[in-house]
Amino acid sequence: MNEFIFFINNVVISGAVAGSIYALGAIGITLIFSIMRFAHFAHADMMTFGAFMVFIFTAMFPGSGAALGIPTPILMLPIAMAITAVLAIGLDNAFYKPLRDKGVKPIVLVIASLGVTLMLQGIIRMFAGTSSRSLYIGERKEIYRLEVPMEGITRPIVITDPQIWLIIFAIVAVVALHFFLTRSRLGKAMRAMSDNPDLAEVSGINTRAVVMVTWVIAGALAAVAGTMLAMDVALQPQLSFFILLPIFAATIVGGVGQPYGAIAGGYLVGFVETLSVFNWSILLRPLQPMLPEALEVPRNLALVGTEYKIVVPFFILVVVLIWRPTGIFKGKVI
Amino acid sequence: MLANAPILNRLPVRETIVAGIVVVAIIGVIMAQGMTFGVRMMVEATCYAILALGFTIQWGYAGQLNAGVLGFLALGGYAAMAFSVPMNAAFWNTDLPQQLGWAIVRAVFYILIIIGVSQIHRLGVPKKVRTWATIIVAFILYMMMKSHFVPIASAIEREAQFIGGLGMHPLVGWLVGGLLAGVAGYFIGRICLGLRSDYLVIATLGIAEIIKAVMVNEEWLTRGTLTVSPIPWPVPGPGDIGFLAARSLYLTLTALVVLAIFLLLQRAYKAPWGRMIRSIRDNEISAAAMGKDINKRRLEIFVFGCILMGIGGAALTNFTSIFNAQGYLPLNHTFLILVMAILGGPGNNLGTILGAFLVYVIWVMSEPVALYVMQVVIYLGDMWFAWEPPGNIASRALQSRVFIIGLLITLILRFAPQGLMPEKVKHDT
Amino acid sequence: MPLLEATDVHGGYGGMNILNGVNISIEKDEIGVIIGPNGAGKSTMLKAIFGMLNVTQGDIVLRGQSIKNTLPSKLVQQGMGFVPQEKNIFPSLTVQENLEMGAYIHPARVPAMLEQVYEFFPPLKEKRRQQAGELSGGQRQMVAMGRALMVEPSLLLLDEPTAGLSPLYMNEIFNRVKEINKAGVGVLMVEQNAKQALAIADKGFVLAAGQNRYTDTGEALLNDPEVAKSFLGG
Repeated sequence: MNEFIFFINNVVISGAVAGSIYALGAIGITLIFSIMRFAHFAHADMMTFGAFMVFIFTAMFPGSGAALGIPTPILMLPIAMAITAVLAIGLDNAFYKPLRDKGVKPIVLVIASLGVTLMLQGIIRMFAGTSSRSLYIGERKEIYRLEVPMEGITRPIVITDPQIWLIIFAIVAVVALHFFLTRSRLGKAMRAMSDNPDLAEVSGINTRAVVMVTWVIAGALAAVAGTMLAMDVALQPQLSFFILLPIFAATIVGGVGQPYGAIAGGYLVGFVETLSVFNWSILLRPLQPMLPEALEVPRNLALVGTEYKIVVPFFILVVVLIWRPTGIFKGKVI
Repeated sequence: MLANAPILNRLPVRETIVAGIVVVAIIGVIMAQGMTFGVRMMVEATCYAILALGFTIQWGYAGQLNAGVLGFLALGGYAAMAFSVPMNAAFWNTDLPQQLGWAIVRAVFYILIIIGVSQIHRLGVPKKVRTWATIIVAFILYMMMKSHFVPIASAIEREAQFIGGLGMHPLVGWLVGGLLAGVAGYFIGRICLGLRSDYLVIATLGIAEIIKAVMVNEEWLTRGTLTVSPIPWPVPGPGDIGFLAARSLYLTLTALVVLAIFLLLQRAYKAPWGRMIRSIRDNEISAAAMGKDINKRRLEIFVFGCILMGIGGAALTNFTSIFNAQGYLPLNHTFLILVMAILGGPGNNLGTILGAFLVYVIWVMSEPVALYVMQVVIYLGDMWFAWEPPGNIASRALQSRVFIIGLLITLILRFAPQGLMPEKVKHDT
Repeated sequence: MPLLEATDVHGGYGGMNILNGVNISIEKDEIGVIIGPNGAGKSTMLKAIFGMLNVTQGDIVLRGQSIKNTLPSKLVQQGMGFVPQEKNIFPSLTVQENLEMGAYIHPARVPAMLEQVYEFFPPLKEKRRQQAGELSGGQRQMVAMGRALMVEPSLLLLDEPTAGLSPLYMNEIFNRVKEINKAGVGVLMVEQNAKQALAIADKGFVLAAGQNRYTDTGEALLNDPEVAKSFLGG
């Protein structure tokens, strides 16, 4: 039965972690798309930027989280969220809004966001270099080993501190987003603008406020996702290029412009990824005695090697674009 | 006023000024860094011009944004290496080629089976059953295919490092490189061109990462991180006739390629095909109403652009004489080209070539300039604040170029969206 | 003082003029109806009033104040409601949320106005929790009109409110318009169903080629044999 625990550790927990990160990123992209109608490619770098802010504050006040009994990066996260939200509004005012006001095609905004991607990366690389860093400065990453009191199980379920925080943050964010979109006046206005921007304008909805709130939410969630990724793995400037494809795949799978679709898409991509790199022969090996002699379970039954993890979101993307370009939750735009 | 406009249009004032700036910049670099360096820079600039022409066809002619130039470029680079590097006796003298051949035959057979299963609905099988059957069969055969290939691949890596090249003339590799890139472009285009333009950006970005991942990881094919060198040149190399002469010959070759592509494009632009392309771009709806198969034309443009990127990538990789899959970087091999094309004027071929030269000169010179500026900053910081600079200052100075390229993109979009040399759109008034 | 007075309005999109001198005038408690053949500039005139296209010549006055080329969002604040012909609801929002969006600028008034709109359109109250996009065509039109009424407008502009509706719903909508008018809201609407529309109209404006062809009371236009022959289908 240890194989089963192995499955939980490597698929269920890893998938939930990757899925949460993707979902938090994809929500931002889908909201920006539904309000401003362009694919925001600098989103992954907003994530790295948020993580970088956490890194700076953690380095400035190392160990200060201990007083509250939480990791210092978690304590610094709200500050990073606020800064990233401000950055997002600043980027919009400096680079996207002038183009929008000129009435350019959405694809020009996409190029602008590619330019912003490079600028953010350049800034982070200039200040932090290209090496990878840990967000745990002078602290230990707690690892919890949960023993399973069952016969035949000797291995524990392993989950780390940042993974627990991530899952908690993701749940809180999703619930908060739900209440914001369905209960608050501004949230409803946001959905209205995504539905029908012209009618929103003639109804007297303050579209500028909606645009600002969109950036605030997208920026804050990006900071959370980036920090969690950096806590789980490490802080690297080039991390963003690898995360871009999964979060866009998640956005499109869920249906562009559909926040709930983005959440579903994020977890879908996360789990498919971990299922694809999981070595299935571990689960099948215990069945070997039941199989006929000739049929031997191969040693490696993983769908793709970990080095090709990036192929998985791309494959999902291609499948969706061929069979259902609107995504599972009918997206607004194809 | 209006009567004079056509005459003003005919005088290439703008073109001359931009070309003059480019020439002055090149002479400046030659004077500062020497002739050999200058010729090297010009060779690379011509290679980038080929790449930028490929990009401008897609973006300027048809509004297709290719964010994965890197991938198509790397395919070209791979072909240039694979066709020109000498045959690897350690591989061909074993029975591995035979094994590999059989594995490929099997793979083709499996693919035929999968295609066959995907057609069983013609025999009256319900479509749902067909879909699931296809998925399951494809899955099983894929796993079997993998289990055939993996041992062979590791045997090749163990015994021969990699399969080596074919020892042909490098120019064959250039052409095949273009072809490979075109085929990759065809599949991407088929999937994405009917959809919103944003999807093409995502898909090209993805395919570029995947192509790079394959080249880094499939060591039996590419030698992976170990890199392959030297790649023989299509012209006599520096070992035979000296650096300057060899590079000058190479420059002649790449310049001829650029010229050929340029003339071909100018002709095509004025031909019915070019008129059709422009009418599609300028007014998609009316072009569709006139019964032109838009998606087919768009696919043609996209594939053509990718072919040029493959050829340009082959020329560039061949010149550096080393195939290093990890050396293909989004900044140097995608975004730099994007800047060249949008600065030069999207859809304007001459502007794109001049833009490629101008941006490349700036790019090359930005390295010493960034280092110099950084040194000045360190010197002043030390003098005024006794500031202790961090260690790897040189590599950080180079990272500032990432920022500059990004800033340049956003500034061009905002203040000069038509580039230095706008494409002349004839308006019916 | 008329509620709305538009005199000699010229305007159009880009360089093309569609309106070549249109005159519209309605009083506080009146229903005005604009009819005319396709391409006569009916909807364009409505958009010109609501600040959605550039008026190059002439003037538009609301309660004594010029509103020529004023932004739509400003006009909403000045008490004007506009119901576009197409895409006039937020399909993924519930009926009630659609109405709330109408009163976005006056959140405090929402509960009271909701009651009033539900009184005009009882079916909406039943379906208030349903997505507006799931409703039938007639009910969507009610949502669209309800949304515009949420700001308590003094003037309601309707662009072909009965387009594409079954005769049953058409009568229903016309009755609602009459009731809304009775409650003190001036109405100006563009209509294809000219006969029914003129029957409830106080004033009728027959446009052709961007100009007034006939301007009279609804009744007079209905009884004018020439209007009947050329514009009411005999």
